[in-house]
Amino acid sequence: MDRRPSFPHKHLLGIEQLTPDEINLILDTAYSFKEVSTRTIKKVPAMRGKTVINLFYEPSTRTRTSFEIAEKRLSADSINIAVASSAVAKGESLKDTAKTLMAMNPDVIVLRHQHGGTPHFLANMIDASIVNAGDGIHEHPTQALLDAFTIKEKKGQLKDIIVAIIGDIAHSRVARSNILSLTKLGAKVRICGPMTMIPRDCEKMGVDVKTRLADAIEDADIIMMLRLQLERQIEGLFPTLREYNRLWGLTSQSLRHAKKDVLIMHPGPMNRGVEIDPEVADGEHSLILDQVENGIAVRMAALYLLSGSDQQEHEKS
Amino acid sequence: MLIIKGGRVIDPKSGTDRVMNIFIEKGKIFKLAAARSQVPEQFENADVIDASGKLVAPGLVDMHVHLREPGHEHKETIASGCNAAAAGGFTTVVCMPNTEPVNDHPSVTDLMISKAAEHGGARVHPVGAITIGLKGEALSEMGGLKEAGAVAFSDDGRPVMNSGIMRHAMEYARGLDMPIISHCEDLNLKAKGVMNESSNSTRFGLRPIPVQVEEIMVARDISLCELTGARLHIAHVSAEASLRHIRAAKKRGLPVTAETAPHYLFLTDEAVGTYDTSTKVNPPLRSNSDLASLRKAIADGTIDAIATDHAPHSPVEKEVEYEVAAPGISGLETSLALILRLVDEGIISILRAIELMSLNPCRILGISGGTLDEGADADITIIDQDNKWIVDPSKFKSKGRNTPFSGHEMKGVAAVTLVRGRIIHRAGT
Repeated sequence: MDRRPSFPHKHLLGIEQLTPDEINLILDTAYSFKEVSTRTIKKVPAMRGKTVINLFYEPSTRTRTSFEIAEKRLSADSINIAVASSAVAKGESLKDTAKTLMAMNPDVIVLRHQHGGTPHFLANMIDASIVNAGDGIHEHPTQALLDAFTIKEKKGQLKDIIVAIIGDIAHSRVARSNILSLTKLGAKVRICGPMTMIPRDCEKMGVDVKTRLADAIEDADIIMMLRLQLERQIEGLFPTLREYNRLWGLTSQSLRHAKKDVLIMHPGPMNRGVEIDPEVADGEHSLILDQVENGIAVRMAALYLLSGSDQQEHEKS
Repeated sequence: MLIIKGGRVIDPKSGTDRVMNIFIEKGKIFKLAAARSQVPEQFENADVIDASGKLVAPGLVDMHVHLREPGHEHKETIASGCNAAAAGGFTTVVCMPNTEPVNDHPSVTDLMISKAAEHGGARVHPVGAITIGLKGEALSEMGGLKEAGAVAFSDDGRPVMNSGIMRHAMEYARGLDMPIISHCEDLNLKAKGVMNESSNSTRFGLRPIPVQVEEIMVARDISLCELTGARLHIAHVSAEASLRHIRAAKKRGLPVTAETAPHYLFLTDEAVGTYDTSTKVNPPLRSNSDLASLRKAIADGTIDAIATDHAPHSPVEKEVEYEVAAPGISGLETSLALILRLVDEGIISILRAIELMSLNPCRILGISGGTLDEGADADITIIDQDNKWIVDPSKFKSKGRNTPFSGHEMKGVAAVTLVRGRIIHRAGT
């Protein structure tokens, strides 16, 4: 008998659908999986015989690699489909792609897509579990989970931890998922960036909005920098990279406003010299490589729990 | 010879709301008479439609539909759209010019009118394009379009972004005594937006469209109305902010009218949270306060007409990612039941409902219909207001099954729809 804990969801579409207990279950499960990656033989049989398709409609190196390693360490058979080398580039609709993939009976589809809500659309159409690996400007739940795991690992807990998220909040799925998970876990979240990048009514998500970087990072336990998409300059959301770096970049100078033991995170890939200066990214406060490492454990946990719920469903029927 | 017997006659023009018999001769209304009055001699052997327990109203008029023909026949044809109209109780529909080719030339108007005549159901009045190809650049041949039968001009689906062109269009239309129907949208402010800007767009991670996208163009076109004196009709008003400008313009006596669509009176952007593309519509579903203000505006006269903006699409355009999906709702077959619900809820009277859905659209466009005057064409809708049904898009006459009301319970159907005294629809057939 498999003694895996029961997880009531078939899909991981976003943090929105998860309760604090469910988030903690994923984090606790990830904690035990982290050890697997330190073994000489980095493999457990938890998903042996399961097929996972990594369906990526956007270029991604770190997220796709992280998922692929997680799947392989769980002994799943994983297949990568990237948009440029598939039928999608020839204009096949997502619905047809989904039907074609379903005919191959995968157990899990990990989906990265440039349009928000696409994992929900796919989940309504097919039988496999869907894991959202980032949908448009909407959510990126596994990133938020690995961030929560990393903070918890360093700080012991999330309750009352002050987290400042800096950058393009409006167009960031990382920010959205992190705001949801951190507030659910009792952290205090501040957001800061140019007002052109602060979405409407985001206070309703339970965050404080700061316009000055110094105010946002003062007393913060964690500073989470977001990647600046350079096309936002063309859209007119900020004047120049130089000015962005001056007002919202995390530099040794601006870091003086923060606590001595502040920890710094970035989901990557970084624009060094824009949102974060090299000496900060590589400095002693940086958790950036811990995030990458923990990403594997968290994704193993999520895949493991989801395939468990799938198993129970089959047992019932 | 036909008698519609014992129905509750609703005629907003004369203010009539009582049980009467309607006598129809040679496709025209011969007379209305009290239920128990004597049948005129020539009607002794006439056919009888028993309308007892039902409402009898002037035929409904939808002043904003997309029939898709020519060019997009996989979404709708003039025939399928007219069948949907008849089933929804509409005797007349007014179709927008964003076809392929665009209705920017009299020959396209001719084609639409002759296709509708060939089908022989609901009446079809085309709207001509303001500009060639809806490009917002060069004026179409408005005079020729009018001669061919166009009843108004619009670049619907697109705004005329250039205020100079819009000014000339309005001046020119005024000279032809034709109204301009404005699709109000500032495309630069809209950018890549797909849903209403609110805390919900922030939650759902979809690019936002603020109400100001609509409001700015409503305000601009009202200013141009003042400058040019042209008759201006604002299409599909979705936002409270727009209503403020329309209300003020009317107070100043400007020739401004406005319509809204049933979906803005029942749904909000909360519905977008399922990413169901049938909730994607342009302008987008708004907030609760917009919905409440629109309900007030149809009652207080700020809004003159209810039009469906019937926008049928095929699964090819709708069964895709939310941001990619074509905007639009197939609305002809749910409109009447939704508006009857507003009557049930006491938001508007039944007389006002028929005014919004029949009399006023005719007045705005200067077309016949909308009344039960003696001598008028017998365009009549008999409504069974108690009939309950569940929306099942697969049973639509329209080819467009894209409705956010699928599975909703409705009350009220068009029992019989008549054009020129001829039955074009009977419920259950």
